[in-house]
Amino acid sequence: MLDFHLVKALHSAAGPAALDVRLTIRPGEFVALYGPSGAGKTTLLRLLAGLTRPDAGYLRAGEQLWYDEQSRAWRPPAQRSIGFVFQDYALFPNMTVRQNLTFALPNSRNQTTVAELLSLTGLDALADRYPRQLSGGQQQRVALARALARRPQLLLLDEPLAAVDYPTRQHLQQALHHAHREFALTTLLVSHDPAEIHALADRVVELDLGHICQDGPPNLLPTSVSHASVNATIEEVLPGCQAKVRLGSDAAFAVVALPDDGHHYQPGESLLLRPTAWEIDAGTKETS
Amino acid sequence: MQDYWQTLALTLRLATLTTLILLGVGTALAYWLAHTRSRLKPLAEVLVGLPLVLPPTVLGFYLLLAFSPSTGLGHFLTHTLGLQLNFTFTGILIGSLFYSLPFMVQPMQAGFERLPPSLAEAAATLGKSRLTTLWRVLLPNCKPALVSGTVLTFAHTIGEFGVVLMIGGNIAGQTRVASIAIYDAVESQRYAQANVYALVLIGLATLLLLLLSWLTKRRPNYPV
Repeated sequence: MLDFHLVKALHSAAGPAALDVRLTIRPGEFVALYGPSGAGKTTLLRLLAGLTRPDAGYLRAGEQLWYDEQSRAWRPPAQRSIGFVFQDYALFPNMTVRQNLTFALPNSRNQTTVAELLSLTGLDALADRYPRQLSGGQQQRVALARALARRPQLLLLDEPLAAVDYPTRQHLQQALHHAHREFALTTLLVSHDPAEIHALADRVVELDLGHICQDGPPNLLPTSVSHASVNATIEEVLPGCQAKVRLGSDAAFAVVALPDDGHHYQPGESLLLRPTAWEIDAGTKETS
Repeated sequence: MQDYWQTLALTLRLATLTTLILLGVGTALAYWLAHTRSRLKPLAEVLVGLPLVLPPTVLGFYLLLAFSPSTGLGHFLTHTLGLQLNFTFTGILIGSLFYSLPFMVQPMQAGFERLPPSLAEAAATLGKSRLTTLWRVLLPNCKPALVSGTVLTFAHTIGEFGVVLMIGGNIAGQTRVASIAIYDAVESQRYAQANVYALVLIGLATLLLLLLSWLTKRRPNYPV
């Protein structure tokens, strides 16, 4: 059970505002934080983790008091049972994947936990690589595995899937869904993507200018269409205004409809696809 | 000849001790400067940087006064702690520490500031103390800065002249380092001897700079 009322001055592009959020989250809930840039989503996550100090309010996690302005209680991040996945992953560049995970363990745990985490996130083959030798999606999985190493009660994810392309994103969503249940986590996910929220969350809290403007099931969100786009390269132009394309960095193939704009498409040209492009009938203009 | 080796050994001993002490003190100071939000930070940065712009004789002059038993601090050092610092090795070591401080602190501070803040934050969310984070995460990822600071401090200490001359003088086996020996030899027109010292210093400086460029280039796993 997470129960808090947190106040913090925000310095958004729209001028000064105050984050003022009161919320109760049940154990095992998967909550998505949704809202425009500058709404305070990341700040709220950082306040929960203790990476940013609130100006006022309180924060209770189960029986523990993590922060209370009146009694001046404060638990630093190292003493909170949390896993945090950063937007830039924050993997330690001087350590291999295995070393990143081993470092994250409390002293008492042994290497079997590392092996479990590696197989849970499908990283066995990459265990001895350094972060800079990994793709964005792979780094993301390491960051998730590392955040789970301490067996935290609360998992906090700051737009972890924003920087990866669509097929990788689906893969990671499954890993996240699996981890949430396997580790009996309470999860808070910052996301801009309604499709992602629909796939993962059982509750969505929408923030605007530091305040909650909506709180309920994910189908409250206006649309379930993802606006994320994917780079693709034409491998082969097929009859009927279609093309076989290679998607992003993942080397997966898909057949998409080409736009009927009079351009003569050639293999090797790049396209920007919306994720729905390969799920619908040929003939519709979905590429651009 | 014995005098010659003694001088070179003394020079290397001074540079090595200065570098080792500054690795500890300078790193701690650089870490504080890179992370503090104190209003004293600009003042501290100026103080650390002063030896870069001041003539070494200025620093040497004030240290000479401070160490002299006729001043308050010198009196305390001499009579309470029993430390005689003027014209001793310990005295020129303390002078070197002040003089070479910016050569360790400035690269290390820049190295710490270049690291993404999320690295230290990630270590904190993994339950690690600040000291563990510094030792296992921050320092290994500042290796180029650490190498630059170490090599530059060492080389700069070998090259110092003004501070050592002011507070150390020219006592064989105590304070006569290579740069002083060159000056001394030239003054008494022993050009051949000055030439040997000078060539050794040129060779040493070249080697150190080559080492620096080699060490900072070969870092496949660290972002530079």
